[in-house]
Amino acid sequence: MEAFIPLLTIFMLAVFVGFEIITKVPPLLHTPLMSGSNAISGITMIGAMLSSASSNRVTVILGFAALVLATINVVGGFMVTNRMLSMFRKRD
Amino acid sequence: MANTVLIDLIYLAASVLFILGIRGLTHPRTAVRGNLLGAAGMLLAVVATLADNQVFGSGTFGLGVILAGIVLGSAIGATFALKIQMTAMPEMVALLNAFGGGASALVAGAVFVGTTSTTQALIAIAVSGIIGSVTFTGSLVAFDKLRGLLLPDAPVTFPGQQPLNLFLGFIALGCGVWMVIDPSTTNSYIAIVAIGSVLGVLLTISIGGADMPVAIALLNSYSGLAAASTGFVLSNNILIITGSLVGASGIILTRIMCKAMNRSLVNVLVGAIAATNSTKTDADSIYEGRIKSTSAEEVAMLLDTAKRVVIVPGYGLAVSQAQHQLRDLATLLESRGVEIEYAIHPVAGRMPGHMNVLLAEADVDYDKLKEMDTINPTFGQTDISIVIGANDIVNPDARTNPDSPISGMPILDVDKSTSVIVIKRSLSPGFAGIPNPLFAADNTLMLFGDAKKAVLDLATAVKESA
Repeated sequence: MEAFIPLLTIFMLAVFVGFEIITKVPPLLHTPLMSGSNAISGITMIGAMLSSASSNRVTVILGFAALVLATINVVGGFMVTNRMLSMFRKRD
Repeated sequence: MANTVLIDLIYLAASVLFILGIRGLTHPRTAVRGNLLGAAGMLLAVVATLADNQVFGSGTFGLGVILAGIVLGSAIGATFALKIQMTAMPEMVALLNAFGGGASALVAGAVFVGTTSTTQALIAIAVSGIIGSVTFTGSLVAFDKLRGLLLPDAPVTFPGQQPLNLFLGFIALGCGVWMVIDPSTTNSYIAIVAIGSVLGVLLTISIGGADMPVAIALLNSYSGLAAASTGFVLSNNILIITGSLVGASGIILTRIMCKAMNRSLVNVLVGAIAATNSTKTDADSIYEGRIKSTSAEEVAMLLDTAKRVVIVPGYGLAVSQAQHQLRDLATLLESRGVEIEYAIHPVAGRMPGHMNVLLAEADVDYDKLKEMDTINPTFGQTDISIVIGANDIVNPDARTNPDSPISGMPILDVDKSTSVIVIKRSLSPGFAGIPNPLFAADNTLMLFGDAKKAVLDLATAVKESA
Protein backbone atom coordinates (compact mmCIF):
# COMPACT_ATOMS: atom_id res chain seq x y z
CA MET A 1 0.00 0.00 0.00
CA GLU A 2 2.87 2.41 0.73
CA ALA A 3 3.89 2.20 -2.95
CA PHE A 4 0.40 3.28 -3.93
CA ILE A 5 0.29 6.62 -2.10
CA PRO A 6 3.14 8.34 -4.02
CA LEU A 7 1.56 7.19 -7.30
CA LEU A 8 -1.84 8.51 -6.24
CA THR A 9 -0.23 11.79 -5.21
CA ILE A 10 1.38 12.17 -8.63
CA PHE A 11 -1.93 11.30 -10.29
CA MET A 12 -3.91 13.91 -8.36
CA LEU A 13 -1.32 16.66 -8.86
CA ALA A 14 -1.06 15.90 -12.58
CA VAL A 15 -4.86 16.12 -12.92
CA PHE A 16 -4.73 19.60 -11.38
CA VAL A 17 -1.86 20.68 -13.65
CA GLY A 18 -3.88 19.36 -16.59
CA PHE A 19 -6.99 21.35 -15.60
CA GLU A 20 -4.94 24.51 -15.13
CA ILE A 21 -3.21 24.45 -18.53
CA ILE A 22 -5.96 22.97 -20.63
CA THR A 23 -8.62 25.50 -19.59
CA LYS A 24 -6.31 28.08 -21.21
CA VAL A 25 -6.36 26.36 -24.61
CA PRO A 26 -8.66 28.44 -26.88
CA PRO A 27 -11.61 26.72 -28.67
CA LEU A 28 -9.79 27.60 -31.90
CA LEU A 29 -7.29 24.83 -31.14
CA HIS A 30 -9.56 22.21 -29.57
CA THR A 31 -9.20 19.74 -32.44
CA PRO A 32 -5.37 19.85 -32.42
CA LEU A 33 -5.57 19.58 -28.61
CA MET A 34 -7.46 16.30 -28.96
CA SER A 35 -5.17 14.81 -31.59
CA GLY A 36 -2.10 16.04 -29.72
CA SER A 37 -3.29 14.63 -26.41
CA ASN A 38 -3.92 11.33 -28.20
CA ALA A 39 -0.34 11.40 -29.35
CA ILE A 40 1.04 11.83 -25.85
CA SER A 41 -1.33 9.25 -24.40
CA GLY A 42 0.51 6.89 -26.75
CA ILE A 43 3.04 6.88 -23.90
CA THR A 44 1.53 3.43 -23.23
CA MET A 45 4.16 2.50 -25.83
CA ILE A 46 6.64 2.32 -22.99
CA GLY A 47 4.63 -0.32 -21.15
CA ALA A 48 4.15 -2.16 -24.43
CA MET A 49 7.90 -2.18 -25.04
CA LEU A 50 8.57 -3.65 -21.60
CA SER A 51 5.99 -6.39 -22.23
CA SER A 52 7.30 -7.13 -25.72
CA ALA A 53 10.68 -7.93 -24.18
CA SER A 54 9.23 -10.60 -21.89
CA SER A 55 10.10 -14.29 -22.02
CA ASN A 56 6.44 -15.31 -21.77
CA ARG A 57 5.01 -15.87 -25.25
CA VAL A 58 1.48 -14.62 -24.53
CA THR A 59 2.89 -11.48 -22.93
CA VAL A 60 5.02 -10.83 -26.01
CA ILE A 61 2.04 -11.22 -28.35
CA LEU A 62 -0.14 -8.88 -26.27
CA GLY A 63 2.76 -6.47 -25.85
CA PHE A 64 3.47 -6.42 -29.57
CA ALA A 65 -0.17 -5.70 -30.42
CA ALA A 66 -0.21 -2.90 -27.84
CA LEU A 67 3.06 -1.53 -29.20
CA VAL A 68 1.68 -1.29 -32.74
CA LEU A 69 -1.51 0.48 -31.55
CA ALA A 70 0.34 2.89 -29.25
CA THR A 71 2.92 3.72 -31.93
CA ILE A 72 0.12 4.52 -34.40
CA ASN A 73 -1.18 6.94 -31.77
CA VAL A 74 2.19 8.56 -31.21
CA VAL A 75 3.30 8.90 -34.82
CA GLY A 76 -0.15 9.49 -36.31
CA GLY A 77 -1.11 11.87 -33.51
CA PHE A 78 1.97 14.09 -33.60
CA MET A 79 2.09 14.18 -37.39
CA VAL A 80 -1.56 15.02 -37.93
CA THR A 81 -1.42 17.65 -35.17
CA ASN A 82 1.59 19.21 -36.82
CA ARG A 83 -0.22 19.17 -40.17
CA MET A 84 -3.24 20.91 -38.65
CA LEU A 85 -1.32 23.46 -36.61
CA SER A 86 0.82 24.57 -39.53
CA MET A 87 -2.43 25.60 -41.26
CA PHE A 88 -3.31 28.07 -38.50
CA ARG A 89 -1.68 31.16 -39.85
CA LYS A 90 -2.14 34.86 -39.60
CA ARG A 91 -1.90 36.90 -42.75
CA ASP A 92 -1.04 40.55 -42.57
CA MET B 1 20.57 0.81 -10.18
CA ALA B 2 22.19 3.89 -11.67
CA ASN B 3 20.52 2.84 -14.87
CA THR B 4 17.05 2.96 -13.25
CA VAL B 5 17.65 6.36 -11.69
CA LEU B 6 18.84 7.79 -14.97
CA ILE B 7 15.85 6.36 -16.82
CA ASP B 8 13.47 7.79 -14.24
CA LEU B 9 15.11 11.19 -14.59
CA ILE B 10 14.69 11.05 -18.36
CA TYR B 11 11.03 10.11 -17.86
CA LEU B 12 10.67 13.16 -15.64
CA ALA B 13 12.21 15.36 -18.34
CA ALA B 14 9.81 13.86 -20.89
CA SER B 15 6.83 14.59 -18.59
CA VAL B 16 7.93 18.21 -18.32
CA LEU B 17 8.19 18.41 -22.11
CA PHE B 18 4.63 17.07 -22.43
CA ILE B 19 3.33 19.74 -20.07
CA LEU B 20 5.25 22.48 -21.89
CA GLY B 21 3.97 21.05 -25.16
CA ILE B 22 0.33 21.33 -24.12
CA ARG B 23 1.01 24.81 -22.79
CA GLY B 24 2.22 25.72 -26.27
CA LEU B 25 -1.29 24.95 -27.51
CA THR B 26 -2.67 27.93 -25.61
CA HIS B 27 -1.81 30.15 -28.59
CA PRO B 28 -1.70 29.43 -32.34
CA ARG B 29 1.67 31.18 -32.56
CA THR B 30 3.36 28.79 -30.14
CA ALA B 31 1.31 25.70 -30.97
CA VAL B 32 3.54 24.13 -33.62
CA ARG B 33 6.53 24.41 -31.32
CA GLY B 34 4.50 22.97 -28.46
CA ASN B 35 3.61 19.93 -30.51
CA LEU B 36 7.27 19.43 -31.41
CA LEU B 37 8.23 19.64 -27.73
CA GLY B 38 5.73 16.89 -26.99
CA ALA B 39 7.17 14.75 -29.79
CA ALA B 40 10.69 15.33 -28.46
CA GLY B 41 9.51 14.22 -25.01
CA MET B 42 8.12 11.04 -26.52
CA LEU B 43 11.37 10.32 -28.35
CA LEU B 44 13.32 10.77 -25.11
CA ALA B 45 10.99 8.41 -23.26
CA VAL B 46 11.19 5.72 -25.94
CA VAL B 47 14.99 5.88 -26.14
CA ALA B 48 15.25 5.69 -22.34
CA THR B 49 13.00 2.62 -22.34
CA LEU B 50 15.18 0.94 -24.96
CA ALA B 51 18.10 1.41 -22.57
CA ASP B 52 16.15 -0.27 -19.75
CA ASN B 53 17.83 -3.50 -18.65
CA GLN B 54 14.65 -5.48 -19.11
CA VAL B 55 14.39 -4.31 -22.72
CA PHE B 56 18.04 -4.03 -23.68
CA GLY B 57 18.91 -7.28 -21.98
CA SER B 58 16.12 -9.20 -23.70
CA GLY B 59 18.37 -10.21 -26.56
CA THR B 60 18.00 -9.99 -30.30
CA PHE B 61 14.53 -11.53 -30.36
CA GLY B 62 13.05 -9.11 -27.85
CA LEU B 63 14.63 -6.09 -29.50
CA GLY B 64 13.55 -7.40 -32.91
CA VAL B 65 9.93 -7.64 -31.77
CA ILE B 66 10.07 -4.10 -30.41
CA LEU B 67 11.67 -2.70 -33.53
CA ALA B 68 9.12 -4.47 -35.74
CA GLY B 69 6.24 -3.09 -33.65
CA ILE B 70 7.58 0.45 -33.80
CA VAL B 71 8.23 0.32 -37.54
CA LEU B 72 4.81 -1.16 -38.30
CA GLY B 73 2.97 1.31 -36.02
CA SER B 74 4.93 4.27 -37.40
CA ALA B 75 4.15 3.30 -40.98
CA ILE B 76 0.42 2.97 -40.28
CA GLY B 77 0.32 6.14 -38.18
CA ALA B 78 2.21 8.22 -40.75
CA THR B 79 -0.03 6.98 -43.55
CA PHE B 80 -3.15 7.97 -41.59
CA ALA B 81 -1.72 11.37 -40.70
CA LEU B 82 -0.77 12.25 -44.26
CA LYS B 83 -3.79 10.82 -46.07
CA ILE B 84 -6.65 11.95 -43.84
CA GLN B 85 -8.82 14.80 -45.09
CA MET B 86 -9.41 17.69 -42.72
CA THR B 87 -13.17 17.09 -42.94
CA ALA B 88 -12.56 13.56 -41.61
CA MET B 89 -10.62 14.70 -38.55
CA PRO B 90 -13.36 13.55 -36.11
CA GLU B 91 -13.02 10.01 -37.48
CA MET B 92 -9.24 10.16 -37.10
CA VAL B 93 -9.49 11.27 -33.47
CA ALA B 94 -12.09 8.55 -32.79
CA LEU B 95 -9.67 5.95 -34.16
CA LEU B 96 -6.76 7.30 -32.12
CA ASN B 97 -8.95 7.16 -29.00
CA ALA B 98 -9.74 3.53 -29.81
CA PHE B 99 -6.08 2.60 -30.23
CA GLY B 100 -5.12 4.32 -26.98
CA GLY B 101 -7.76 2.40 -25.04
CA GLY B 102 -6.90 -0.85 -26.81
CA ALA B 103 -3.19 -0.48 -26.10
CA SER B 104 -3.86 0.07 -22.37
CA ALA B 105 -6.09 -3.01 -22.10
CA LEU B 106 -3.49 -5.09 -23.95
CA VAL B 107 -0.57 -3.94 -21.78
CA ALA B 108 -2.57 -4.64 -18.62
CA GLY B 109 -3.35 -8.12 -19.98
CA ALA B 110 0.29 -8.69 -20.87
CA VAL B 111 1.42 -7.78 -17.36
CA PHE B 112 -1.30 -9.96 -15.81
CA VAL B 113 -0.19 -13.00 -17.83
CA GLY B 114 3.53 -12.38 -17.54
CA THR B 115 4.15 -11.63 -13.86
CA THR B 116 2.80 -12.30 -10.41
CA SER B 117 1.29 -9.00 -9.41
CA THR B 118 0.68 -7.28 -6.09
CA THR B 119 -2.90 -6.54 -5.03
CA GLN B 120 -2.44 -2.91 -6.02
CA ALA B 121 -1.28 -3.91 -9.49
CA LEU B 122 -4.14 -6.40 -9.83
CA ILE B 123 -6.73 -3.71 -9.06
CA ALA B 124 -5.06 -1.42 -11.58
CA ILE B 125 -5.05 -4.22 -14.17
CA ALA B 126 -8.79 -4.72 -13.70
CA VAL B 127 -9.42 -0.97 -14.02
CA SER B 128 -7.23 -0.73 -17.14
CA GLY B 129 -9.06 -3.68 -18.63
CA ILE B 130 -12.50 -2.15 -18.11
CA ILE B 131 -11.68 1.43 -19.17
CA GLY B 132 -9.44 0.29 -22.01
CA SER B 133 -11.98 -2.03 -23.58
CA VAL B 134 -14.90 0.40 -23.13
CA THR B 135 -12.78 3.06 -24.85
CA PHE B 136 -11.76 0.70 -27.63
CA THR B 137 -15.18 -0.49 -28.75
CA GLY B 138 -16.93 2.78 -27.84
CA SER B 139 -14.54 4.72 -30.07
CA LEU B 140 -14.96 2.22 -32.89
CA VAL B 141 -18.73 2.73 -32.70
CA ALA B 142 -18.17 6.52 -32.75
CA PHE B 143 -15.90 6.07 -35.77
CA ASP B 144 -18.55 3.97 -37.51
CA LYS B 145 -21.26 6.54 -36.84
CA LEU B 146 -19.09 9.41 -38.09
CA ARG B 147 -18.23 7.56 -41.28
CA GLY B 148 -21.83 6.43 -41.71
CA LEU B 149 -20.81 2.81 -42.26
CA LEU B 150 -23.08 0.35 -40.44
CA LEU B 151 -24.86 2.17 -37.67
CA PRO B 152 -27.42 4.97 -38.04
CA ASP B 153 -26.52 8.55 -37.16
CA ALA B 154 -29.52 8.68 -34.83
CA PRO B 155 -29.33 7.35 -31.25
CA VAL B 156 -29.99 3.60 -31.02
CA THR B 157 -31.99 2.96 -27.88
CA PHE B 158 -34.05 0.06 -26.59
CA PRO B 159 -36.10 -0.53 -23.45
CA GLY B 160 -34.03 -1.51 -20.45
CA GLN B 161 -30.80 -0.21 -22.00
CA GLN B 162 -29.75 1.80 -18.95
CA PRO B 163 -30.44 -0.98 -16.41
CA LEU B 164 -28.56 -3.38 -18.71
CA ASN B 165 -25.55 -1.04 -18.84
CA LEU B 166 -25.60 -0.72 -15.08
CA PHE B 167 -25.89 -4.49 -14.70
CA LEU B 168 -22.93 -5.09 -17.05
CA GLY B 169 -20.92 -2.52 -15.12
CA PHE B 170 -21.53 -4.42 -11.90
CA ILE B 171 -20.65 -7.76 -13.50
CA ALA B 172 -17.37 -6.28 -14.77
CA LEU B 173 -16.67 -4.98 -11.29
CA GLY B 174 -17.43 -8.45 -9.89
CA CYS B 175 -14.99 -10.01 -12.32
CA GLY B 176 -12.42 -7.47 -11.14
CA VAL B 177 -12.91 -8.63 -7.55
CA TRP B 178 -12.67 -12.25 -8.71
CA MET B 179 -9.38 -11.44 -10.46
CA VAL B 180 -7.88 -9.82 -7.38
CA ILE B 181 -8.94 -12.69 -5.09
CA ASP B 182 -7.84 -15.46 -7.44
CA PRO B 183 -5.16 -14.23 -9.86
CA SER B 184 -4.28 -17.79 -10.93
CA THR B 185 -6.70 -17.87 -13.87
CA THR B 186 -6.75 -15.55 -16.87
CA ASN B 187 -10.47 -16.17 -17.46
CA SER B 188 -11.37 -13.31 -15.16
CA TYR B 189 -9.41 -10.82 -17.25
CA ILE B 190 -10.87 -12.16 -20.48
CA ALA B 191 -14.34 -11.75 -18.96
CA ILE B 192 -13.55 -8.16 -17.95
CA VAL B 193 -12.41 -7.26 -21.44
CA ALA B 194 -15.40 -9.00 -23.05
CA ILE B 195 -17.91 -7.22 -20.82
CA GLY B 196 -16.09 -3.91 -21.21
CA SER B 197 -16.24 -4.30 -24.98
CA VAL B 198 -20.00 -4.89 -24.97
CA LEU B 199 -20.49 -2.00 -22.58
CA GLY B 200 -18.48 0.32 -24.84
CA VAL B 201 -20.78 -0.49 -27.76
CA LEU B 202 -23.97 -0.08 -25.72
CA LEU B 203 -22.87 3.23 -24.21
CA THR B 204 -22.01 4.77 -27.58
CA ILE B 205 -24.81 3.54 -29.88
CA SER B 206 -27.26 5.58 -27.80
CA ILE B 207 -25.44 8.83 -28.68
CA GLY B 208 -26.69 10.70 -31.74
CA GLY B 209 -24.55 12.12 -34.55
CA ALA B 210 -24.72 15.78 -33.51
CA ASP B 211 -23.80 14.79 -29.94
CA MET B 212 -20.59 13.25 -31.24
CA PRO B 213 -18.46 16.20 -30.03
CA VAL B 214 -19.37 15.16 -26.49
CA ALA B 215 -18.82 11.45 -27.13
CA ILE B 216 -15.41 12.00 -28.72
CA ALA B 217 -14.27 14.32 -25.94
CA LEU B 218 -15.43 11.85 -23.31
CA LEU B 219 -13.75 8.88 -25.02
CA ASN B 220 -10.61 11.03 -25.28
CA SER B 221 -10.75 11.41 -21.54
CA TYR B 222 -11.26 7.66 -21.06
CA SER B 223 -8.23 6.85 -23.21
CA GLY B 224 -6.16 9.11 -20.95
CA LEU B 225 -7.54 7.49 -17.80
CA ALA B 226 -6.79 4.06 -19.29
CA ALA B 227 -3.17 5.11 -19.82
CA ALA B 228 -3.01 6.45 -16.24
CA SER B 229 -4.34 3.19 -14.81
CA THR B 230 -1.76 1.30 -16.86
CA GLY B 231 0.75 3.56 -15.11
CA PHE B 232 -0.55 2.22 -11.79
CA VAL B 233 -0.12 -1.32 -13.14
CA LEU B 234 3.53 -0.69 -13.98
CA SER B 235 4.17 1.76 -11.10
CA ASN B 236 5.37 4.12 -13.80
CA ASN B 237 5.16 7.87 -13.16
CA ILE B 238 5.27 9.09 -16.73
CA LEU B 239 2.24 7.01 -17.71
CA ILE B 240 0.34 8.33 -14.73
CA ILE B 241 1.25 11.98 -15.40
CA THR B 242 0.52 11.80 -19.11
CA GLY B 243 -2.65 9.81 -18.67
CA SER B 244 -4.05 12.26 -16.15
CA LEU B 245 -3.21 15.25 -18.39
CA VAL B 246 -5.14 13.66 -21.24
CA GLY B 247 -7.94 12.59 -18.90
CA ALA B 248 -8.27 16.16 -17.64
CA SER B 249 -8.24 17.53 -21.19
CA GLY B 250 -11.05 15.23 -22.26
CA ILE B 251 -13.16 16.10 -19.22
CA ILE B 252 -12.76 19.84 -19.80
CA LEU B 253 -13.76 19.52 -23.45
CA THR B 254 -16.72 17.35 -22.50
CA ARG B 255 -17.90 19.98 -20.06
CA ILE B 256 -17.53 22.80 -22.60
CA MET B 257 -19.50 20.83 -25.18
CA CYS B 258 -22.31 19.99 -22.76
CA LYS B 259 -22.56 23.61 -21.69
CA ALA B 260 -22.74 24.73 -25.31
CA MET B 261 -25.79 22.50 -25.75
CA ASN B 262 -27.28 23.37 -22.38
CA ARG B 263 -27.56 19.67 -21.60
CA SER B 264 -26.23 17.52 -18.82
CA LEU B 265 -23.71 14.81 -19.57
CA VAL B 266 -26.21 12.15 -18.50
CA ASN B 267 -28.79 13.57 -20.88
CA VAL B 268 -26.33 13.35 -23.78
CA LEU B 269 -25.21 9.83 -22.86
CA VAL B 270 -28.70 8.37 -22.84
CA GLY B 271 -29.56 10.10 -26.13
CA ALA B 272 -32.47 11.79 -24.38
CA ILE B 273 -33.06 14.50 -26.97
CA ALA B 274 -34.68 11.89 -29.18
CA ALA B 275 -37.25 11.28 -26.47
CA THR B 276 -38.53 14.86 -26.53
CA ASN B 277 -40.46 14.35 -29.76
CA SER B 278 -43.76 14.80 -27.92
CA THR B 279 -43.05 18.52 -27.62
CA LYS B 280 -42.32 18.79 -31.33
CA THR B 281 -43.93 21.85 -32.85
CA ASP B 282 -45.70 21.53 -36.15
CA ALA B 283 -43.25 22.64 -38.84
CA ASP B 284 -45.99 23.69 -41.29
CA SER B 285 -47.54 26.18 -38.90
CA ILE B 286 -44.19 27.94 -38.61
CA TYR B 287 -43.02 27.79 -42.21
CA GLU B 288 -46.33 28.09 -44.12
CA GLY B 289 -46.29 31.07 -46.48
CA ARG B 290 -43.38 32.72 -44.71
CA ILE B 291 -40.40 31.12 -46.41
CA LYS B 292 -38.72 33.44 -48.89
CA SER B 293 -36.58 31.55 -51.36
CA THR B 294 -33.86 33.57 -53.04
CA SER B 295 -31.34 33.28 -55.87
CA ALA B 296 -27.59 33.79 -56.03
CA GLU B 297 -28.11 36.97 -58.10
CA GLU B 298 -30.42 38.49 -55.49
CA VAL B 299 -27.95 37.73 -52.68
CA ALA B 300 -25.12 39.22 -54.76
CA MET B 301 -27.12 42.46 -55.01
CA LEU B 302 -27.55 42.52 -51.26
CA LEU B 303 -23.86 41.85 -50.73
CA ASP B 304 -23.06 44.74 -53.05
CA THR B 305 -24.15 47.25 -50.43
CA ALA B 306 -23.05 45.33 -47.33
CA LYS B 307 -20.28 46.67 -45.13
CA ARG B 308 -20.06 43.84 -42.61
CA VAL B 309 -20.81 40.17 -43.29
CA VAL B 310 -20.63 37.34 -40.75
CA ILE B 311 -20.35 33.75 -41.96
CA VAL B 312 -21.77 30.98 -39.74
CA PRO B 313 -20.46 27.54 -40.73
CA GLY B 314 -22.03 24.26 -39.65
CA TYR B 315 -21.68 20.55 -40.29
CA GLY B 316 -23.18 21.00 -43.79
CA LEU B 317 -20.03 22.90 -44.77
CA ALA B 318 -17.89 19.90 -43.85
CA VAL B 319 -20.21 17.47 -45.62
CA SER B 320 -20.05 19.33 -48.91
CA GLN B 321 -16.36 20.25 -48.43
CA ALA B 322 -17.12 23.84 -49.37
CA GLN B 323 -14.49 25.53 -47.20
CA HIS B 324 -12.18 26.52 -50.08
CA GLN B 325 -15.01 27.95 -52.19
CA LEU B 326 -16.25 29.82 -49.14
CA ARG B 327 -12.84 31.36 -48.57
CA ASP B 328 -12.69 32.43 -52.24
CA LEU B 329 -16.05 34.16 -51.87
CA ALA B 330 -14.90 35.87 -48.68
CA THR B 331 -11.65 37.06 -50.32
CA LEU B 332 -13.66 38.45 -53.23
CA LEU B 333 -15.93 40.38 -50.89
CA GLU B 334 -13.00 41.60 -48.82
CA SER B 335 -11.32 42.93 -51.96
CA ARG B 336 -14.39 45.16 -52.27
CA GLY B 337 -14.00 46.51 -48.78
CA VAL B 338 -16.50 44.26 -47.00
CA GLU B 339 -15.54 43.30 -43.46
CA ILE B 340 -15.82 39.51 -43.05
CA GLU B 341 -15.80 37.48 -39.84
CA TYR B 342 -16.68 33.89 -39.04
CA ALA B 343 -18.86 32.96 -36.08
CA ILE B 344 -17.91 29.59 -34.60
CA HIS B 345 -20.35 27.85 -32.27
CA PRO B 346 -18.63 25.44 -29.85
CA VAL B 347 -20.65 22.45 -31.07
CA ALA B 348 -20.70 23.30 -34.78
CA GLY B 349 -19.50 20.21 -36.64
CA ARG B 350 -18.79 16.80 -35.25
CA MET B 351 -15.97 17.49 -32.79
CA PRO B 352 -14.61 20.36 -30.69
CA GLY B 353 -12.87 22.85 -32.97
CA HIS B 354 -13.94 21.06 -36.18
CA MET B 355 -14.94 24.26 -38.05
CA ASN B 356 -11.73 26.08 -37.07
CA VAL B 357 -9.60 23.36 -38.60
CA LEU B 358 -11.62 23.34 -41.83
CA LEU B 359 -11.38 27.10 -42.26
CA ALA B 360 -7.70 27.14 -41.32
CA GLU B 361 -7.16 24.53 -44.01
CA ALA B 362 -8.82 26.88 -46.49
CA ASP B 363 -6.29 29.56 -45.45
CA VAL B 364 -8.66 31.72 -43.44
CA ASP B 365 -6.78 33.99 -41.04
CA TYR B 366 -7.40 32.62 -37.52
CA ASP B 367 -8.00 36.14 -36.20
CA LYS B 368 -11.24 36.15 -38.19
CA LEU B 369 -12.57 33.02 -36.49
CA LYS B 370 -14.62 34.41 -33.60
CA GLU B 371 -15.97 32.58 -30.58
CA MET B 372 -19.67 32.80 -29.79
CA ASP B 373 -19.35 35.17 -26.83
CA THR B 374 -17.12 37.54 -28.80
CA ILE B 375 -19.25 37.76 -31.92
CA ASN B 376 -22.77 37.69 -30.49
CA PRO B 377 -22.81 41.38 -29.44
CA THR B 378 -21.77 42.39 -32.98
CA PHE B 379 -24.71 40.89 -34.89
CA GLY B 380 -26.67 44.12 -34.33
CA GLN B 381 -24.11 45.95 -36.48
CA THR B 382 -23.94 43.21 -39.09
CA ASP B 383 -25.54 43.80 -42.50
CA ILE B 384 -25.69 40.21 -43.63
CA SER B 385 -25.20 36.90 -41.83
CA ILE B 386 -24.62 33.90 -44.09
CA VAL B 387 -25.52 30.61 -42.41
CA ILE B 388 -24.01 27.62 -44.22
CA GLY B 389 -25.14 24.13 -43.30
CA ALA B 390 -26.00 25.02 -39.69
CA ASN B 391 -29.40 24.75 -38.04
CA ASP B 392 -29.93 24.19 -34.32
CA ILE B 393 -27.05 26.50 -33.32
CA VAL B 394 -28.88 29.49 -34.88
CA ASN B 395 -32.43 28.59 -33.77
CA PRO B 396 -33.88 31.61 -31.91
CA ASP B 397 -36.36 29.28 -30.16
CA ALA B 398 -33.51 28.42 -27.81
CA ARG B 399 -33.67 32.01 -26.58
CA THR B 400 -37.37 32.79 -26.77
CA ASN B 401 -39.45 29.61 -26.51
CA PRO B 402 -39.30 28.06 -23.03
CA ASP B 403 -41.14 24.93 -24.29
CA SER B 404 -38.56 24.19 -26.97
CA PRO B 405 -36.40 21.08 -26.46
CA ILE B 406 -33.34 23.27 -27.02
CA SER B 407 -34.56 26.07 -24.74
CA GLY B 408 -31.64 27.71 -22.95
CA MET B 409 -29.00 26.45 -25.34
CA PRO B 410 -26.62 29.31 -26.18
CA ILE B 411 -26.98 30.19 -29.86
CA LEU B 412 -25.43 32.55 -32.38
CA ASP B 413 -27.78 35.57 -32.58
CA VAL B 414 -27.77 35.80 -36.38
CA ASP B 415 -31.43 36.88 -36.36
CA LYS B 416 -30.29 40.25 -34.99
CA SER B 417 -28.39 41.14 -38.15
CA THR B 418 -30.13 43.22 -40.83
CA SER B 419 -30.45 40.30 -43.27
CA VAL B 420 -29.85 36.59 -42.91
CA ILE B 421 -29.03 34.29 -45.83
CA VAL B 422 -29.45 30.59 -45.03
CA ILE B 423 -27.76 28.19 -47.42
CA LYS B 424 -29.37 24.82 -46.92
CA ARG B 425 -30.49 21.89 -49.01
CA SER B 426 -34.06 21.82 -47.71
CA LEU B 427 -36.20 22.81 -44.76
CA SER B 428 -35.48 19.47 -43.08
CA PRO B 429 -34.94 19.84 -39.34
CA GLY B 430 -31.53 19.64 -37.70
CA PHE B 431 -30.46 17.09 -35.15
CA ALA B 432 -32.87 18.30 -32.49
CA GLY B 433 -35.71 17.43 -34.89
CA ILE B 434 -37.44 20.76 -34.47
CA PRO B 435 -38.39 23.49 -36.96
CA ASN B 436 -36.32 26.66 -36.98
CA PRO B 437 -38.31 29.95 -36.86
CA LEU B 438 -35.22 31.71 -38.21
CA PHE B 439 -36.02 30.33 -41.68
CA ALA B 440 -39.44 32.01 -41.56
CA ALA B 441 -38.23 35.31 -40.12
CA ASP B 442 -38.92 38.55 -42.02
CA ASN B 443 -35.24 39.31 -42.50
CA THR B 444 -34.28 35.78 -43.65
CA LEU B 445 -33.81 34.63 -47.23
CA MET B 446 -33.35 30.93 -48.00
CA LEU B 447 -30.83 29.96 -50.69
CA PHE B 448 -31.66 26.30 -51.28
CA GLY B 449 -28.94 24.00 -52.56
CA ASP B 450 -25.75 22.15 -51.78
CA ALA B 451 -23.31 24.38 -49.88
CA LYS B 452 -20.46 24.10 -52.35
CA LYS B 453 -22.63 24.79 -55.41
CA ALA B 454 -24.46 27.64 -53.71
CA VAL B 455 -21.22 29.33 -52.64
CA LEU B 456 -19.75 28.94 -56.15
CA ASP B 457 -22.91 30.42 -57.72
CA LEU B 458 -22.77 33.24 -55.23
CA ALA B 459 -19.15 34.04 -56.09
CA THR B 460 -19.97 34.07 -59.82
CA ALA B 461 -22.95 36.34 -59.23
CA VAL B 462 -20.87 38.73 -57.11
CA LYS B 463 -18.20 38.90 -59.85
CA GLU B 464 -20.83 39.62 -62.51
CA SER B 465 -22.53 42.30 -60.48
CA ALA B 466 -19.37 44.39 -60.49
